[in-house]
Amino acid sequence: MNLGRIGGLLSRHMYLYKRSFARMLEIFYWPFLDLVVWGFITMYLKDAGVSLHGAVAFFLGALILWDVLFRSQQGVAVSFLEEMWSRNLMNLFASPLTVGEYLASTMIMSILKVTAVASLMMVFAWVFYSYDMLKIGLSLLPFILNLVLSGWIIGVLTTSIIMRFGQQAEVLAWGMVFLFQPISCVFYPLEVLPSWLQSIAWMVPPAHIFEGMRAVLVDGVIPVTHILWATGLNVFFFIVIVAWFYHTFNVCKEKGMLVRVGE
Amino acid sequence: MSTPIVEVRNLTKRFGDFTAVDNISFDIHEGEILGLLGPNGAGKTTTIHMLLGLIAPTSGTIHMFGLDLAKHRESILQQVNFSSTYISMPFSLTVEENLKVIARLYNLQNIQERVDTIVEKLEMKDIQKKLTRKLSSGQMSRLTLAKALMTEPKVLFLDEPTASLDPDIVNKIKEFLREYQRTAGLSILYTSHNMREMEEMSNRIIFLQHGHIVAEGTSDEIVQRYGQRDLEEVFLKLAREPKGK
Repeated sequence: MNLGRIGGLLSRHMYLYKRSFARMLEIFYWPFLDLVVWGFITMYLKDAGVSLHGAVAFFLGALILWDVLFRSQQGVAVSFLEEMWSRNLMNLFASPLTVGEYLASTMIMSILKVTAVASLMMVFAWVFYSYDMLKIGLSLLPFILNLVLSGWIIGVLTTSIIMRFGQQAEVLAWGMVFLFQPISCVFYPLEVLPSWLQSIAWMVPPAHIFEGMRAVLVDGVIPVTHILWATGLNVFFFIVIVAWFYHTFNVCKEKGMLVRVGE
Repeated sequence: MSTPIVEVRNLTKRFGDFTAVDNISFDIHEGEILGLLGPNGAGKTTTIHMLLGLIAPTSGTIHMFGLDLAKHRESILQQVNFSSTYISMPFSLTVEENLKVIARLYNLQNIQERVDTIVEKLEMKDIQKKLTRKLSSGQMSRLTLAKALMTEPKVLFLDEPTASLDPDIVNKIKEFLREYQRTAGLSILYTSHNMREMEEMSNRIIFLQHGHIVAEGTSDEIVQRYGQRDLEEVFLKLAREPKGK
């Protein structure tokens, strides 16, 4: 891994974000809008007398953590789209940049995005709804790290599909993560799922993370089992998906798709 | 002649039933400009993409600087670059920003100095701070050439680098390339549809058709062998020959 090359690719995205209003909107506007909508829903539920222990923490906390997953995935997948749209993939992969360095730079990019979005949402939630997520304290950290890792996994999966199938698959950069939303149990406990779906959901790391988050908020305990399951599954899926990406990259080189992707 | 800096042996690329490059072998020597001629679809660009490691060959080997490209991609590509009419660079970055990113990808030192030098040499000072999306096609060609030359490669692949440029800048670029080739011992693989340019620039020419090498030698040798008046006539004769002849 060459840090100079990773930094080089990161600087390309920094230059882009510095200048692009649309990309800044992606960081500020949409998360803010999400928070406003879910904040009002939460207030409505409270006013309607719906008995839900810790409703604000339940929904707003879930929303902020969901955005961590979403932005982490986007950081990886959209970085690839940026290269595809600007027909820059040839410049990158005809340079000494390795596939590992490429992936590393998109993952760092996703961390930067997640940090910006999550910080902003926490500030908004505190200012508008008096919800201080930081009160959860350090027990929040393993959840966030696991969600970032889950986002990378979905992002690398999305990227490999876009690389293989080209522009027709680019919508996945925004849609893929939502395929996992129902079984990630972001806004409801896992027990509401039908039993057959529960078995599948337990194989999805975010389901453990959101269940764990609720355990922290409702019972005030750190759910070590959930954290360990989420971490183990994430590490397993991460190794599999990175190997899959390398395989897809080689298939694309054999089929000559790397020089045609985006056309 | 010196030892080859690029050695291509029995290189073949098939896409399903279609054979784009069919068992070609050639060398490029240090300081040599090798012209790659052929009609559209002859396999020129596929050959360059294989030399850059962007397309995996079906069979055959590519060695550069005595190293196998399949095994030493990183160290080989550090010393190689390319420019093509068919590539672009990120539109939302300025010319200078794009060059700086490339410089970092090649781990270059004194980045600002290098950028300023290449911009000066290719007469791009007026567009240095301009957004890439606002460049004309000729300015874009100069930018891709600048990114290729800035890294001071030992081997350069140029795929129709002067297409869409005005004659004045084409002339300056040719002079710059020849000068750079002389002083730095640069080896170049050059494709162009401009026969005069090919004759002027190339020490040796390979003519590709339907993925095969059908002629090889200096421009004069090829013209003599086919009994034509110039390279353009040879091109027309060979390009119009049906497949398999």
